[in-house]
Amino acid sequence: MEAVTLMAPELLLAGQTIFVVLMSMFVKGDKQADVMRWIAIAMLVAFALISFVLGRPQGTSFNGLLIVDDFGHYAKLIIGLTAALALVFMRPYFKTERLDRFEFSVLMIYAVLGMSIMVSANNLLSLYIGLEMQALSLYVMAAFNRDSLRASEAGLKYFVLGALSSGLLLYGASLIYGFTGHLDFAGIAASIETGGMNIGIIGGMVFMMCGLAFKISAAPFHMWTPDVYEGAPTPVTGFFASAPKFAAMALIARLLFGPLEDVFSQWQQVVAALAFVSMFVGAVGALSQRNIKRLMAYSSIANMGYALVPLAAGTMFGVKGMLIFMSIYVITSIGVFAAILQMRIRNGMVEQISDLSGLAQTNRPMALVMTVFFFSLAGIPPLLGFFGKLFAFWPAVDAGLVWLVVAALVASTIGAFYYLRVIKTIWFDEPSQEFVDAPRSLRLITTGSALALVLLIVLPFLTFPLQGMIDAAAAALF
Amino acid sequence: MFTNLPILPALVVIPLIGALFLAFVSWLTRDEGREQTERNAPRTALLVSLIVLLLSIVLVIDFDPSNPGFQFMDQAPWLGGGIDFRMGVDGISVLFIVLTAFLTPLCILASETSIKSRKADYMIAFLLLESLMIGVFCAIDLILFYIFFEAVLIPMFIIIGVWGGANRVYASYKFFLYTLLGSVLMLAAILWLYAQSGVQFGEPTTDMIALKALDIPGNVQAWLWLAFFASFAVKMPMWPVHTWLPDAHVQAPTAGSVILAGILLKLGGYGFLRFSLPYFPEASMQFAPLIFGLSIIAIIYTSLVAYRQTDIKKLIAYSSVAHMGFVTMGIFTFNLQGIQGGIFQMISHGLVSGALFFCVGVVYDRMHTREIAFYGGLVKRMPVFAVFFLLFTMANVGLPGTSGFVGEILTMVGAYQVSPWIAAGAALGMILSAMYALHLYRETIFGEQVNEKLDVITDVTVREWLILAILAAFTLLLGVYPALVTDVTEASVLQLISEFEAATTVPVAAEVN
Repeated sequence: MEAVTLMAPELLLAGQTIFVVLMSMFVKGDKQADVMRWIAIAMLVAFALISFVLGRPQGTSFNGLLIVDDFGHYAKLIIGLTAALALVFMRPYFKTERLDRFEFSVLMIYAVLGMSIMVSANNLLSLYIGLEMQALSLYVMAAFNRDSLRASEAGLKYFVLGALSSGLLLYGASLIYGFTGHLDFAGIAASIETGGMNIGIIGGMVFMMCGLAFKISAAPFHMWTPDVYEGAPTPVTGFFASAPKFAAMALIARLLFGPLEDVFSQWQQVVAALAFVSMFVGAVGALSQRNIKRLMAYSSIANMGYALVPLAAGTMFGVKGMLIFMSIYVITSIGVFAAILQMRIRNGMVEQISDLSGLAQTNRPMALVMTVFFFSLAGIPPLLGFFGKLFAFWPAVDAGLVWLVVAALVASTIGAFYYLRVIKTIWFDEPSQEFVDAPRSLRLITTGSALALVLLIVLPFLTFPLQGMIDAAAAALF
Repeated sequence: MFTNLPILPALVVIPLIGALFLAFVSWLTRDEGREQTERNAPRTALLVSLIVLLLSIVLVIDFDPSNPGFQFMDQAPWLGGGIDFRMGVDGISVLFIVLTAFLTPLCILASETSIKSRKADYMIAFLLLESLMIGVFCAIDLILFYIFFEAVLIPMFIIIGVWGGANRVYASYKFFLYTLLGSVLMLAAILWLYAQSGVQFGEPTTDMIALKALDIPGNVQAWLWLAFFASFAVKMPMWPVHTWLPDAHVQAPTAGSVILAGILLKLGGYGFLRFSLPYFPEASMQFAPLIFGLSIIAIIYTSLVAYRQTDIKKLIAYSSVAHMGFVTMGIFTFNLQGIQGGIFQMISHGLVSGALFFCVGVVYDRMHTREIAFYGGLVKRMPVFAVFFLLFTMANVGLPGTSGFVGEILTMVGAYQVSPWIAAGAALGMILSAMYALHLYRETIFGEQVNEKLDVITDVTVREWLILAILAAFTLLLGVYPALVTDVTEASVLQLISEFEAATTVPVAAEVN
């Protein structure tokens, strides 16, 4: 029975996938996709909340393959909710593009199940299984619009490069296994503690970090990101920019602060270097982008760089900073993509930044929320994005990584330039075209996340419980 | 009598509520009644800003000038971990709040006719700006200060970019990115201070008062000082990071220029007084020669540059850089006259340069050009305007009897005690300022009217007369009775100096009479 409580979120999703596939035999016709989607959304919300309902159980299961702790609970909360939101905002898009198939909901559930295993991995094997389960679903989702050349290209690119990175990761894992003789995280940690580091473990760590850097699209493993973001259907891109990033970041934290804790002196340099390169590649790469999805791709590369900064500090405060930053980043990306999806112009979706010109005059509420999102991404106070950066850079200053923080701040100033260009297009330019009215569900998501970005920080009764939750999550890793 | 009321948060919140109200109304009337909203928005904004002005007068009347510490303190838990909501004012900041509250209604009054499109949006941006600017001067928590300090960029960016001149996009970008780069370096230093306070006090804090007790080793002090300097020097702006200012001024709408010159530039000087001197006294001593050098270069060089300008607004913008040179020079003399003079110069410059930009706005609204060569012989067509313009030009030069004189003479007295050479350089700048200012006046107001287009130009309207007369009255009042300002600031400045002297090993006291 204990195993059931511990694994309740995962069991819920696994059962759900079987249920949905079976049900598709009986529910047919136009309703099919809708019914499956609402079930999936309900299940994802349940998945996010169930461990809190069950009183946040702690422990390990499957003979130590998976660990259940506050860190995992928090990660699952964010992942589940963002995936549910992503499904909500996919609906209108898929309807108009005539792509609405129930399989998508199943894929989403599989992806989330994979992420759930990732964030609760306690063993190199479960780590790999979770990662691959997630990645395979994402490959298919990227290519879901199979008649589109761009989408197929994106899916294939993602798959080939993803397979390469999985190979790197596996090779690293095998090195670590070979040199420590353990697959489980506790065993690896103990072996390193007693036996010390050696070149094999360091090599394994570096290979694993390379593979994981690919998953979070940290430079120099970022090349796939702009193409996949551009080619994949827009709502899928929105999903890529949120939950999978969070899950991979959480996995990195678990790996670095779990089995590899005593290799800190080595991985600190790797993480700092990844952070440094990503920030600048993201900031400089976005400068010349005219397509808003590619812009968001480079923006996510830069943001992953910022998120790695607190991890490089190697402290509990650093993990907390990363969690806060990533949560805020996820809220922002969901909001931005929901906003992009709402702006439908006559001949299709908004893709170019110039399509947004004069939005302040044609669609005022939309212009305001977009302004909030982009100023927040630029990290301008009093918006939440500023606090994200504050909590991300703070631990690094605490740990003496002042050079990295100064570099991050300089990169974020470069980044401000292209976020400003979007705002400039919205406010300063003359309107070019009318927008078609957007569905209500999308409006709710954008308004909600914009309000969160504006208000969350001035409402202490919201901030303190959330901070308590994040504190507990960070403490679980130590 | 009102000391127990949360008057400072009210000063920040009231314009904010006004802005939200206007936003709400303009959302309600998005389909119909748009014109009415556009017409009434300036009046609503004026009303809100007048309430703020009234409140700020209450604040300054209630303010106890003999108390050097912070008054009207307000504190509430906020982010936790030592970062709390803290507000308070002392002699240094209280007058800037009044200046902000004083200039904003004038700006709104001036904009009602000069802004043609999207008036409601303009008023929203202006009220937001007022709220944030007052917030900067009220905050005594580092993070809160930083938030207000940075957030000011958002409305100003929009004001320049939407209602600015032809080259507004370039100017607004330059303004935003320059100041942002400066500020983020300050953020790094703030984070370091916070981290260090945790080590030294046991509990980390961003309380600006408590952080004065932080013991910072000399070499680190220099770095932190430089980080803060990067931010304030850009805001001031000091030579050579002043180049955003002429662009921003020229492109901004009239009221935007007034606020930019009147308040935003003062954030830099205020920052030097609030952070650089009390937190990093040794580094301040060490870098004082650098500041003097940059200030003298700013005073002389930008005066010469101003002389060669063909655009009226650009000329005044460069003269602002020169006048800010007096401020930085005064602050880093570390003596009573110098710092008092610096503060006085900031207040006075807020009035005088604000008034000059209003004057430019008056002719620009009529002729839609700021070319000096376009004008000439205006005294025959606009006699009243010519009188006002003369007064403000003279105040800008520093003619005795106007507020400009007091600030410049005080800073020079302060500088003379440090080194006569610095004072000599600054004095040279005063001569140069007379050169460009008189040149501007002669070219535009006197001389023969050669341009036929000027035949139709009319003298100031009642509204413009009112704005200019109010500013003129205060310029003269402060010129003949400067104690109005100096009495309020003296106690806080004396305390600042005594703390500074206690912290520096080199006794500056010997040089102060």
